[in-house]
Amino acid sequence: MILSRVLGNVVSSVQHPIYEGTKVLVLQPVTADGATPIGAAFLAVDSVQAGDGDLVLAAREGNAARQVLGTSVDPFHAVILGIVDQIT
Amino acid sequence: MELARVIGTVVASQKYEGLEGVKLLLLEALDEQLVAHGDPFVACDHDMMAGPGDVVAWIGGREATLNQPEHFVPVDASIVSIVDDVQARTLTEVLR
Repeated sequence: MILSRVLGNVVSSVQHPIYEGTKVLVLQPVTADGATPIGAAFLAVDSVQAGDGDLVLAAREGNAARQVLGTSVDPFHAVILGIVDQIT
Repeated sequence: MELARVIGTVVASQKYEGLEGVKLLLLEALDEQLVAHGDPFVACDHDMMAGPGDVVAWIGGREATLNQPEHFVPVDASIVSIVDDVQARTLTEVLR
């Protein structure tokens, strides 16, 4: 799982039907301090009502995404799994 | 999922049988501020009708095949949506 900061969201009107009603957020992977970027930003479907600026846990792996969001044949590849309260 | 811009189309007359009828587009990866980075690559487009100039979201891996009418055709990148707008701030702005 990837520690990331939510930078914003993506709006799409034409999309695969399975994405209708989902919220797609822009995530920047960060180090444990929550403020240092690692690599490039990516997109993930929200499952925990995350918002801008939240530190979240995300999975960039299809099996996890499909388990959380849909069935075994849905084209999901990245999902937000949790909002981080604290890292010690 | 990642952002990209469609910069062209790709036509291949001879291809693996499962790829017949699959539309191929040339993409350049974009960051969250819609600035291009990295090398161009090819992704398939399942009846989304994305065209040159469109900003799209695409997925890779095994799930790319699930975006096709026939599952498990041999593709590794597939467009899942045409993006109208990206509302993203920079990490510095978010942390301010």
